Amino acid sequence: MSVDLSQFIPSFLEESFEGLELMESGLLDLQRGDNETIHSIFRAAHSIKGGAGTFGFDNVTEFTHLVETLLDEMRDGRREVSSKDTEILLESVDCMRLLIEAARDDEEYDQVKVAQTSKRLSETLGNEPTSVDESLIKVDVEATNICGYTINFIPEHSLAKTGNDPIFLFSALAELGQLTLCADTQDLPALTDIDAQELYLSWQLTLHTEASKAEIIEIFEWVEDECLLELVPIKAPSNTSASLSSTTSSSTIKNDEQQTEPETSQKSIQDIEVQPPETELVIEPTIEDENIISKTKTKTKGKAEVGSIRVGVDKVDSLINLVGELVITQSMLSELGNDFEMEKVERLTSGLEQLLQNTKELQESVMRIRMLPISFAFNRFPRLVHDLAIKTGKEMELVIKGEQTELDKTVMEQIGDPLVHLVRNAADHGIEQSAVRLANGKPGKGTISLDAYHQGGNIVIEINDDGAGINREIVLAKAVEKGLVDANAVLTDSQVYDLLFEPGFSTAAEVTDISGRGVGMDVVKRNIQALGGRIQVQSTLGKGSSFKVHLPLTLAILDGQLVKVGTETYIIPLIAIVESLQIDNKLINRVSGDMVLYRLRDDNVPILPIYQLFNLATECTEIDNALLVVVEADGQKIGLMVDDLLAQQQVVIKSLKDNYQQVAGISGATILGDGSVAMILDIPGIIHMALEQAQQAQRVKTDGNSSVTAEVCL
Amino acid sequence: MNIQEMAQDIPAEGEHAIEGVDFITSGDQYLTFLLAQEQYAVDILCVEEIRSWEQPTKIPNAPSYIKGVINMRGIIVPIVDLRLKFSIGEATYLETTVVIVLTYQSEESTRTIGFVVDAVSDVLNVENGDIKAAPAFGGCVGQQYIDGLINSEQKVVTILNVNHLQKVEKHRLHS
Repeated sequence: MSVDLSQFIPSFLEESFEGLELMESGLLDLQRGDNETIHSIFRAAHSIKGGAGTFGFDNVTEFTHLVETLLDEMRDGRREVSSKDTEILLESVDCMRLLIEAARDDEEYDQVKVAQTSKRLSETLGNEPTSVDESLIKVDVEATNICGYTINFIPEHSLAKTGNDPIFLFSALAELGQLTLCADTQDLPALTDIDAQELYLSWQLTLHTEASKAEIIEIFEWVEDECLLELVPIKAPSNTSASLSSTTSSSTIKNDEQQTEPETSQKSIQDIEVQPPETELVIEPTIEDENIISKTKTKTKGKAEVGSIRVGVDKVDSLINLVGELVITQSMLSELGNDFEMEKVERLTSGLEQLLQNTKELQESVMRIRMLPISFAFNRFPRLVHDLAIKTGKEMELVIKGEQTELDKTVMEQIGDPLVHLVRNAADHGIEQSAVRLANGKPGKGTISLDAYHQGGNIVIEINDDGAGINREIVLAKAVEKGLVDANAVLTDSQVYDLLFEPGFSTAAEVTDISGRGVGMDVVKRNIQALGGRIQVQSTLGKGSSFKVHLPLTLAILDGQLVKVGTETYIIPLIAIVESLQIDNKLINRVSGDMVLYRLRDDNVPILPIYQLFNLATECTEIDNALLVVVEADGQKIGLMVDDLLAQQQVVIKSLKDNYQQVAGISGATILGDGSVAMILDIPGIIHMALEQAQQAQRVKTDGNSSVTAEVCL
Repeated sequence: MNIQEMAQDIPAEGEHAIEGVDFITSGDQYLTFLLAQEQYAVDILCVEEIRSWEQPTKIPNAPSYIKGVINMRGIIVPIVDLRLKFSIGEATYLETTVVIVLTYQSEESTRTIGFVVDAVSDVLNVENGDIKAAPAFGGCVGQQYIDGLINSEQKVVTILNVNHLQKVEKHRLHS
C-alpha cells in the first residue's frame, strides 16, 4: 500500500508554522519552572520533527531534534531554564522556520545561520552530556571510517500496543545493509506472568552499512519515544571504507569490543563534531548567500498570499443551515412559478422577501469565514519587541489589547508589515534609554501598546508608546531643509506629522539598522491607503506618540447610497454619510471670496459640487434647492452636491486597480443590477482632493495669476 | 478508401492542402483591424473577445482617450480609444465601431483592457521571417508600441505590442 504523502505537505507546513508560533510565544513567557509552557513548547517541536521526518525533510528533523533534546532536559528538570537558553531556543525557532520555508519552496537556506545555531545548541547540550542524548544528537559525521553501527534497541513493554512491530523495523534495517540480530531475553518474566500484549525483548543489532546515522534513526522515527535507542558506530578495521563486503570483520566485532567502543568513538565524534560548522562557515561565500536569502524572501512573500483559512465548524454549520433554507425558499418559489395566478402574488412577495433575507444572511456568514481575530497579526510582536529591546539596550514591554477583534483575512495579511514598521519606529525612536526616562520622571521601562477595536464600519489599530514624542520643531526644520515646506509656512500639528510620511524623511540623528533611513513611513502610508485605510498621528512631546490606523473591516462589500450626477451614477459609502438634505437658500454663506458654506445647525459645511470635482457636464449647476449629501471623514464635514438621490443598496466592491489604476477620489467600482458599472466615491480622498485644489487655487491667486484650471496631466 | 490513402490527404504542417481553409502554420496568427484607413494587427492569442461599442461609465478626470470602464462578465474593464490615443482619424461611434478586449499576462499581473477601433478586418497568418522592422520615422504611433510591419497584398499592416498598449499612463489631477 502506498500513499501519496505529498498531498499532506501543505497541511504539515501550515501546522508547522502554527507550531513555531506557539513555540515562540511560549518561549517568550517562559517562567522558570513553568512546566506547562515547556510541555507545550516541547509538544510543538516534537510534532514538527515527526512530520518533517515523515515527509523526508531531513535537515528539519535533524535540527529540531537538537532543539527537542534541549527542551527535553528542561522538561525533565535536568536543566534550569536560563535566559541564555531561551535566547538560543528562540534563535532555533527562527532557524526551523528558515528550514521549513526552504523545504516548502525547495530552495537554499541560510546555511551559515543554521550551522551557527546548531553549533551553539550542541555546545549548550554538551555542557551536560548524558550518554543517550550525546549519541543521538551527533550530527551526521562523514562516515569515512565507519562501516556500520551497533544498535542497542530496548523497547518499552508497551511498544507492541501502539501498533509498532519490531520485525518491520528490522526488515527495514536489513535493506540498508547486512544485519545481525541478537535478542536479549533477560526481561522475560516467568511464563505465568506473561501478558501476551507486552513486549519483553530487547535487541542488540549489528548493521554493516554505508547508510548514514540519520537514515538509521529515521527507521526508528515512530518508536523513538517508546524505546531506548543507542547507536554506536563501528570503525572499519583498516584505514578506509572498503569493508562492507568483508564478512569476516563483522563477525569479529563482538561484545567485548562493543563495550570499549562507545567512549572512544564518542570522543572522536565530539572532536570532529565541533568543527564541521566552522568549516562550513569559511566555505560559504557570504555575498552569494545573501542573494539567495533575499531571493527566498521575495519568493515566499509572493506565495504566502495564497493560503488556506482554518474555519471553525460552527461557522461552516451555520452556512450549511443557511444553504438549506435557501434551497427551501427556492423550491417554494419555483412551485409558485409553475402555476402562478394573480391571487398568489402575496405569497410571491413574501417568498422574495425570504429570499432576500436568506441571501443577506448567507452573505454575512461567508464574510465571517474570511474574518480572523487580529491576534494572527499581533502574534509576532512580542518577539519583535523582545528582540528590539535587546538590540537597542532599552527596557520596554509590549501590551496587547483587543486581540480578539476580527478582521478580514486579506486586510490582515497586508497590514502586518506596516504595523511592524510602526512598532519598530516606536521602539527605536519613541522609547528612550532607561536613564533618560528615569531622569524625566518616567518609569525606567518603556511601554508600547497595541490596541485593536471596532469603530463604526472600521477597525482601528492603535500603536502607542510612552516615549519621547515627536518634536514638532525638529520635523519642521528637517522638512524645510529638505525643501518639502516653505521656511515661513504656518502648519497645523497634523500637517507637520503628515510630513513624517513623505518619502525619504527621517529625523533620527543617526541611522540604525532598526530604522531611521527614512524609507518605510511613506511605504506604511501607501500600504494602508491601498487597503482603503488611513493613518493618524498624535503626539505630545515628552509623553509619547500614538499612531491610529483606520482600516475597513472587509474589502468586499459595502452599504452605499446611489446618487446621480449628470449622466453618471456614483455610490457614496453609507458609513460616511451624516445626512442628506435639500439646500435652503437662506443657510448658504459665501465667505473669503469664493468659498460656499452651508450652515448645518452649528457647523459650517463647505459645499463641493461633484460635477466640478470630476469635470462632468450636468444641467444642475444651480446651488439653490440642490441636493446636498453631507459626509464626514477625518473629522472634516463636507457637503457633496448631487443631481439626484437614488436607492440605497449593498454593492460588491470591484477593484479598478486590477486592469487599470487607482483613481483619485474613487475607491473602486461596482456592478449595478442592470449590469452597468458605477464608481464608488472615496470620501477621505475627495476631501483631500478638495483641500489640495483649494490650496493650489490660493497659491495661484496670491501669485497674481487669476486663471485656476483643473487640468489633467497625462 | 483505406486508411493510408486518407492519411495522405491530411495536410502536413505548413502545407495548405484544402482550398479556402488556412491551417495553423508554423508562424503566428494576428487579428487585423482598421484605424481610419490604416491596418493594424495584434497577436490573436491576446484577444479575449470582440464586442460592439457601448457607452462606458466615465472615469473622473481620466485622459480623453480613456473612455471609461465596462462590465465584462463581472470584471471591470477599462476602455481605451486607440484612435484618440494615437490621434488617427476621428473618434466617431457608429454601428461598426467595435471594442477588441485584449488580455496580456505579464510576469506580475494579468491585465484586461478593451480598445476601440473602427472595424475588425481579418486574421493573418504570418511566418516569423515576414515581420519587418518599422522605420524609425515619426508617425503618430510611438515606436514602443510597434513590434514590426507585415506586407499583406498591397497594404502594410502594423503589428502592435500588446504589452505596451496595456500600460496605462499615470494620470492625476493637476491644478
